[in-house]
Amino acid sequence: MKFGVVVFPGSNCDADCFNAVKAVLDQPVEYIWHKSNSVEGFDCIILPGGFSYGDYLRAGAIARFSPVMEAVIEFAHRGGLVIGICNGFQVLLEAGLLPGAMRRNDSLQFICDDTYLKVENADTAFTALWQPGQVIKIPVAHGDGNYYCDENTLKELQQNNQVVFRYCSPAGEVTAQANPNGSIDNIAGVCNKQGNVLGMMPHPERCAEKILGNDDGAMLFKSILAAWQRRVK
Amino acid sequence: MEPRNNEGLKPGIWREMGLTDAEFEKVKNILGREPNYVELGIFAVMWSEHCSYKTSRPVLKFFPTRGEHILQGPGENAGIVDIGDGQAVVFKIESHNHPSAIEPYQGAATGVGGILRDVFTMGARPIALLDSLRFGSLQNPRTRYLFGGVVSGISGYGNCVGVPTVGGEVYFAPSYEENPLVNVMCVGLIDHKDIKKGTASGIGNPVMVVGARTGRDGIHGATFASEELSEESAEKRPAVQVGDPFMEKLLLEACLEVIKSGYVVGIQDMGAAGLTSSSCEMASRAGTGIEMDLSLVPRREEGMTPYELMLSESQERMLVVVKKGTAEKVKEIFARWDLEAVVVGRVTGDGMLRLTEGEQVVAEIPAQALTDEAPVYERPYSEPEYLSAVQELPVAKIPQPVDYERVLMDLLSSPNIASKEWVYRQYDHMVGTNTVVRPGSDAAVLRVKGTKKGIALTTDCNGRYCYLDPYTGGMIAVAEAARNLVCAGAKPLAVTNCLNFGNPEKPAVMWQFRRAVEGMSEACRSLNTPVTGGNVSFYNETRETAVYPTPTVGMVGLIEDLDYRCTQDFKDEGDIIIMVGETRMELGGSEYLRVAHGLEAKGRPPKMDLELEKKVQQAVLESIKRGLVKSAHDCSEGGLAVALAESCISGGIGAEIYSVENIRGDALLFGESQSRIIITTAENNVAELIRYLTVMEVPFTRLGTVGGRELKINLLDPGCAAGRPRAVINLPVSEMEKRWRGAIECLMK
Repeated sequence: MKFGVVVFPGSNCDADCFNAVKAVLDQPVEYIWHKSNSVEGFDCIILPGGFSYGDYLRAGAIARFSPVMEAVIEFAHRGGLVIGICNGFQVLLEAGLLPGAMRRNDSLQFICDDTYLKVENADTAFTALWQPGQVIKIPVAHGDGNYYCDENTLKELQQNNQVVFRYCSPAGEVTAQANPNGSIDNIAGVCNKQGNVLGMMPHPERCAEKILGNDDGAMLFKSILAAWQRRVK
Repeated sequence: MEPRNNEGLKPGIWREMGLTDAEFEKVKNILGREPNYVELGIFAVMWSEHCSYKTSRPVLKFFPTRGEHILQGPGENAGIVDIGDGQAVVFKIESHNHPSAIEPYQGAATGVGGILRDVFTMGARPIALLDSLRFGSLQNPRTRYLFGGVVSGISGYGNCVGVPTVGGEVYFAPSYEENPLVNVMCVGLIDHKDIKKGTASGIGNPVMVVGARTGRDGIHGATFASEELSEESAEKRPAVQVGDPFMEKLLLEACLEVIKSGYVVGIQDMGAAGLTSSSCEMASRAGTGIEMDLSLVPRREEGMTPYELMLSESQERMLVVVKKGTAEKVKEIFARWDLEAVVVGRVTGDGMLRLTEGEQVVAEIPAQALTDEAPVYERPYSEPEYLSAVQELPVAKIPQPVDYERVLMDLLSSPNIASKEWVYRQYDHMVGTNTVVRPGSDAAVLRVKGTKKGIALTTDCNGRYCYLDPYTGGMIAVAEAARNLVCAGAKPLAVTNCLNFGNPEKPAVMWQFRRAVEGMSEACRSLNTPVTGGNVSFYNETRETAVYPTPTVGMVGLIEDLDYRCTQDFKDEGDIIIMVGETRMELGGSEYLRVAHGLEAKGRPPKMDLELEKKVQQAVLESIKRGLVKSAHDCSEGGLAVALAESCISGGIGAEIYSVENIRGDALLFGESQSRIIITTAENNVAELIRYLTVMEVPFTRLGTVGGRELKINLLDPGCAAGRPRAVINLPVSEMEKRWRGAIECLMK
């Protein structure tokens, strides 16, 4: 299975995603320069975290005009697996591949810390190896991670089981206190209706190896590989 | 005002630029004529204290700078230390105090930007940042503004570039009220073969300006950094630069790519004094000259004069000397990152820094005159008058606490001791996925991917100790930094330092400076951690009051096998707690005196016995390597009780301690005797550990056991050890944690 990690000017978790794929799966992985207009030959596209174009206008707002995004959108529409992490999630929102928008954290401060997530949907290609409702620990690092959508969209997300991760307490209670940034409905990650595009604010690539003190994130990468293997068969 | 062409210099104009009459005479002698305005500006900035080290140079010679691991000592953009396998660590610390006092966000942000460039200009990929910060009291709203602004400036810049901020320190004391200290350290990783230096060699090689365009910001910033802060300082806000971390990130990637390409001869950041310092320093190091046509320098606005172009401190720019015939290739690499790279001149053989505007020569100065011939001052020094009064501490008159629990709780919520989570939660400390030990422990630890190795990093300085006795304070800063690394299981390798002092033209400040450097040198020699460079920041004064002498030490250590790293948190029920080292009857300079008795800086700092220090560090490090140690934590501010509380809090587990009260109870629990490390070991390893410590001939005491949900401390009467222990502390870990974790956040609300 071949992974592609898109590099926008200002991406800074590209190498971390690259490394996680290597370390956890030992599968082929390549960088895709943002000026490229094809994603031919890749089986999963990762839009990494960082500050594409400095986030000077609005997080992800300029990156979505990078030539590569047209190819990524087309790839997603064909059912290809796309995951956007942190800034990558913001790019997916700006590109219209996922519904909703990001606001500044309600504390108005950047926050870098471990968060606990409840796996609300374990039926996606990204989460299939977790148990439904399982509590996992994945760190966040963002200033604009306050997910928002209107009421109808939220209802739709809930009905279609598109809410993939919610912030929760270590015991799994979805509470306001466990919400690090003010996201509506404690949403930490959502997927599209088809389930092949995932956006999440927490960074699974930062907790994918034991040496880092936590390897909960490894399961996401393993799930992707397992889903692809099922599909290929 | 800048004079028009060919007008003579206004009499005394050099003084406005910060040059003395004697220095102006020296300039005339060097040139054999009167300088023009551009030349005068160049001399003024290069001979400023900030760039020339004219006061500090003779004193900095005390530092040991050589050692088996040292690949690059002082004199380059950053120091380099070998970590084996053809790899090395590049590191440096630098101050951005004055800009941060006036514009905290941009001041701190550009401090981060500058030190990052110092590291990647050597060809290294920056892998970590640390910040050593000093502010006044958090009760003061202006301090909260400065503190909040500095932290978000560091966060805004470092997070965006994608280099994790993994450690540092924050202290609060009244002496920093108007003049906060912002010291930033950057650490990079490099293969020996990729090391690049700031030299302009090879006559005829093109000289290129790359990165951001030059604007009118930061003109005379270095001169501004070389004078005291005053009421008028706020008006010098234009001397503070504005940072663009996105540009920095592009510049970082492009520079590393171009360095790997093999086209680069030499490269240097345009930091303080911008185009001026980078060009003359690169030429001077190589013994060459540089000729530049300033009309070719890309600029942000029309109408900029040669003077402005040479003195601008616009950020995110580099000067690069490339091999003849490769300029186009270099341009292509920068263009890929949407950056400009423009040939503005060439290396010459005549040793001159020659600046033209088209055909017209606008300045012509021997490059080495700006660097090597800068004035050097042996300034007078004498012991400050305040010293004998503050050193006196009538211990007998200080009442012993009635309520030890209250004292411990007050210490835990003192901002100097309380958790700095409010700060480091705003820093991305995980990007890069190398952070193995996160902020909050004695030292941060990063893995070196693809190896078993780890790098341990710390910064350290207790300004209060240095105020009370700069020699001992300087020694302690080095010793404690090394001790922090040892607690992580690392062998201390080398030092970078940032020497923050007041106005050196005052003999008392000069004395503090000399004594601190002497103390640090002594400790560096003893602990075999040479100094690889750093930065001196003088004139940290407002209204005649200097900050505490604050010689911040940044230290790098190596863990050969990360399986044997160590952290401060208590691990398991039943583990045995041992204190290596000894507690003396010492209260001077302690946080306890401030918190419990309102004595901000009183007495003599704790004694520093370097022989004992060395032994303690060797014994603990070796014990960790032998797998005998489950946790290690240095005893520092707040003493034994605070160290125990911190290990309990971070481990989420209690402890029960029995200690013989052979000295005053407050000195025993809250005194800050040096060279002490609290370690724990599994019960089945106790005998072996004790045997080893005995063989190593280090003093140690068995203190108690890990377990339960409380920290219980009992004192035993030394007269009859069999007597009933006096329980002085019995506090739930969760309550201590609440106070310790919430203190700073609470003050910032």
